[in-house]
Amino acid sequence: MDITLFLFQLMNGVQYGLLLFLIASGLTLVFGVMGILNLAHGSMYMVGAYLAWYFTNTTGSFGMAAVISAIVALLLGILIERTLIIRLYRRNHLDQVLLTIGLIFVFNALQSLLWGNDPLGVAVPAWLDGAIPLTDMIEYPVYRLFVSLLCILIAIGMYLTINRTRLGMLIRAGESNRDMVECLGVDINRLYTLVFAAGVALAAIAGIVSAPMVSVVPGMGEHVLISCFVVVVIGGMGSIRGAFVGALMVGIVDTFSSIMLPQVSSMMIYILMAVILLVKPKGLFAS
Amino acid sequence: MQNNKNRLRHLVTACATAGLLGATATTAVNAAEPVKVGVMLPFSGVYAALGNAGRNGLKLALQQNAAQLHGREIEFLELDTEAKPERAPELASSLLDKDKADFIIGPVHSGVAMGMSKVLRNTDAIMIIPNAGAAAATGPLCAPNVFRTSFSSWQPSYPMGKVALDAGYKKVVTMSWNYGMGKESLEAFEESFTAGGGEIVKQILVPFPKTEFQPYITDIAATAPDAVFVFFAGGGAVKFVKDYDALGLKGKIPLLGSGFLTEGTLDAQGDAAEGILTTLHYADNLDNPTNQKFRQQYQDAFGKPADIYAVQGYDAGQLIAQAIDKLGGDISDRKALIQAMESSTIDSPRGLFTFSKAHNPVQDIYLRKVEHGENQVMSIAAAALEDPARGCKL
Repeated sequence: MDITLFLFQLMNGVQYGLLLFLIASGLTLVFGVMGILNLAHGSMYMVGAYLAWYFTNTTGSFGMAAVISAIVALLLGILIERTLIIRLYRRNHLDQVLLTIGLIFVFNALQSLLWGNDPLGVAVPAWLDGAIPLTDMIEYPVYRLFVSLLCILIAIGMYLTINRTRLGMLIRAGESNRDMVECLGVDINRLYTLVFAAGVALAAIAGIVSAPMVSVVPGMGEHVLISCFVVVVIGGMGSIRGAFVGALMVGIVDTFSSIMLPQVSSMMIYILMAVILLVKPKGLFAS
Repeated sequence: MQNNKNRLRHLVTACATAGLLGATATTAVNAAEPVKVGVMLPFSGVYAALGNAGRNGLKLALQQNAAQLHGREIEFLELDTEAKPERAPELASSLLDKDKADFIIGPVHSGVAMGMSKVLRNTDAIMIIPNAGAAAATGPLCAPNVFRTSFSSWQPSYPMGKVALDAGYKKVVTMSWNYGMGKESLEAFEESFTAGGGEIVKQILVPFPKTEFQPYITDIAATAPDAVFVFFAGGGAVKFVKDYDALGLKGKIPLLGSGFLTEGTLDAQGDAAEGILTTLHYADNLDNPTNQKFRQQYQDAFGKPADIYAVQGYDAGQLIAQAIDKLGGDISDRKALIQAMESSTIDSPRGLFTFSKAHNPVQDIYLRKVEHGENQVMSIAAAALEDPARGCKL
């Protein structure tokens, strides 16, 4: 593999990793702060992609569709937290798993009823529909660079929010001791609603920005969920920084193993996870 | 388990397609007893759209040909396979032993086909496969009572080798998911392509159902072959074609494929699909009267355009109707029934076809090119192509 090809593949890996981070960040945020294991997180990714498709068709503009879809997802997150998740806080992980697996089925059925089972596609918006030629053969689509940039911006935004704002302070406090935060006069329920909705919105945004790059199909959420769990476990459950590092590792390892070790490539990210867990049983950045 | 089975099993006794028309035609043998047609297709899950299209086509054919049924009514027994191979033997056994189905139509998914075939081959029920292309079904596992109205995995891909050679391509990269249908398609292409002096410079097998194709496409660009041949279908086909375009290979390295690459996916693929060449036994806008009539009737009956899966189901229905007609309504002699079916010529929307010794269609394969969001038929890539049915002893 010569150096240009290596760099291309590295770009592919980083791009995939950044997108994985965007999806996984919501999962790890909700787990870290609220202790809720949301298996339906992948469904939110799917919902985002389908909403983007639907609103792009009705409004004719991807940009507008993206904004509307993100707001709808946020509201959906609030609704789910207020009606369902709220019943889980004092219960164990098994109950959480049961409820959120149930949600996967519900969302899959709704998707099938509302939008059918045919693969759907969203066109890349015209203002991002260019490509930068890298060699005679390969070019890099502007839209994909834009998505990577967006993922980086969201990562920085999350970092600053959690570490530099009052809200972030409350989130961190809630993470370590829910009862104490409540005693200090903070409305922890509102905080939880906000965090859960943000988690849903992050997954949905990942789905929205993915829509023009992927095929919008049934089952797209489950596929991505598994990779997300690998990312979150590698990084340490609940750690945003861990999710970032884990996602990049998974993206890069998956990309290079696809090319260099095609026979075992589907195992490589799990082997990576196993090795990391041997050295750090709670993940790289477990709190 | 038993309970579960009953719940999932939704048995529909859809009735009386023969009804009025048939009653006046002849005094039918066994007119009181309906012909039992078991249907094992996926009505939920990823392949639900394919299962529904197949069922619609089947019913449409039996309705239209009601006069041929000699007064026999059709009783449909529908089971949802969910495209899960592990459910197939159980469902097939229940249709065979409990319902005593005369015909069992299914499935879509090749894995399910293997499970069904295990139970049904060499039994009293006639199995008609309206999609699954697994070579084995009409190869090593062929049986007198197993028919296929769709294609073998070999058929759509084999003619593309010659097309590629004729276009002057010498070095080709092939790529698909690492599963039966994909590998068999690549092998069929390779067979005709290398026989004519072409070289497969690289074969890429992607773990199923992974759709992160970017690294592989980058790798193809670095290899810089004359052309690329792929097998992908459904959501994977959409993603692959989009990635191929996004990384700038479209227009630089011609993309060839088994026809499923651009079946039911063109809307989602958009401009990225323009110019792709594929080979398949059907195209929506195939110019023949049967196809035009069929597409109109299908649209009227179900409110949506017909597709290849509907055609294959439709032909399964035609095959049944024709055989019943030939035997004057009495299908109790299975040997005679199989003979009647073997000697059928089906006037399919895809063109006329007959059956090979292994009971696979002997059919034309068309070369199609995507133009303005449609698969335009360019030529017949292979006329009356018969699957080699390797391993079949019939």
